[in-house]
Amino acid sequence: MSQRRNILIVDDEQDLLELYQALLSKLESTPRVMIADSGKRALAVLASEPFDLLVTDLNMPGMDGFQLLTVVRSKYPNIRTVVISGVSDDQYRARAYGMGIDVFLGKPSTDEDIRTFVDCVEGVLTREEAGGFRGFQSMSLVDLIQAECMAGSSCVLKITNGPIAGKVWIKDGDVIDAEAQSLKAEEGFLKILEWKTGNFEKLPEEPAHERAILSSYQGLLLDSAQTLDMAQAADQGLDGEGEGEGVEGTESLSGFGQITRCNGVEFVLSVESEDAEKVKSWGAESPDKLGGWAHGQLAQFRTIGEKLNIGQLKQAVGVGLKRHVALLPGSSASLCVGIQRSFSPSEVRETLKEISVKWDS
Amino acid sequence: MGLLSLFSKKAKAEPMEKLPSGSFRISAAGEISASTIPGGFPRETLTEIGEMFVQAFRTAQEQGIPLKELGLDYAGAKITGREARGGAVVFLTPRKF
Repeated sequence: MSQRRNILIVDDEQDLLELYQALLSKLESTPRVMIADSGKRALAVLASEPFDLLVTDLNMPGMDGFQLLTVVRSKYPNIRTVVISGVSDDQYRARAYGMGIDVFLGKPSTDEDIRTFVDCVEGVLTREEAGGFRGFQSMSLVDLIQAECMAGSSCVLKITNGPIAGKVWIKDGDVIDAEAQSLKAEEGFLKILEWKTGNFEKLPEEPAHERAILSSYQGLLLDSAQTLDMAQAADQGLDGEGEGEGVEGTESLSGFGQITRCNGVEFVLSVESEDAEKVKSWGAESPDKLGGWAHGQLAQFRTIGEKLNIGQLKQAVGVGLKRHVALLPGSSASLCVGIQRSFSPSEVRETLKEISVKWDS
Repeated sequence: MGLLSLFSKKAKAEPMEKLPSGSFRISAAGEISASTIPGGFPRETLTEIGEMFVQAFRTAQEQGIPLKELGLDYAGAKITGREARGGAVVFLTPRKF
């Protein structure tokens, strides 16, 4: 069974973010949809856990969508990307597609636009699940090469996987050479076959290119498939040894990890009571600074509580313009949690109850 | 003198007056401009509470998490502050047991 997909939506307009989140949360594949109101915040969230799809606006203050896409392309080459922009300029569109995005859409304004947006995102997610290459969505790279060879083609296949590019030279229906990441011939071919997704381009034949692979394409594909199978089996064997560690399933996560799965949680940070520099965070932009702030505020709130003789501080809840923030004091460590702005006070209370239980466990 | 000292009370720390119910407004400069808190409650303590909220709102803004309201839940009371143009309106609500 396929894992639940993670989507991150980035837009500086909070109302739109919440609308997109509501729409995409209802997709058939029931993805987990996170939101970020800036490029900087998006990078903090992306660094916290793997995402399958990034949906981003282009015009944003500070780090704009193009800058975000540049970083995402180099740091997370396998993430699928959809751009939604209020600017329908052709240059914008071309530049975005040039950066390897999957889909460019205008900001939805009518019911039909919204349907298109939702369908596109579902389509990209489904494509991700099936693997395959852009333009040849249901085909694997092996299928593509096989098809070219069976047709007796002479061409150069350029395959890009994020920032990495590779080439396969085909002459009269035979693979004669390949190159990827400074690996050549059979090694280069094997490297390219490891890529499960990417962009695909068919370039004209290079007649002067010398033959470096001498085996037939059938033999080459067979050998490569066997090598990849063996590598995969070895990986699975290694994973098996560490079973239960680093698994994304909720059951195996620590209390901290489980909190990140609570509905509406945008970031979590724990700071040790004895040392404000000992901070553990998920999804927070500047964890050290935020940890210091939370630590300092809790100390002040406690001091005033002692002075007024009104008992122990149970929690501090801030209603925010961008998000709600809660501080939950603990004996050895305290929590600072960011909760989605759209949550009502009662929803925030419920979420904090859930978090307290998980934190105590 | 020795006899007198027998009857004199030992100097003791003044216990904090019970937290009253009510609200007050504090400016960004730390001045209390309006209050429904009984006059017997120390003004300095109100200023201290108010300034704590003003500072909390300011530093939260600096952290990129601007807040418009902050509620502190204690076992015996709830203190809520609302951001008001750099200052704060603070509500004191002791819990009834």
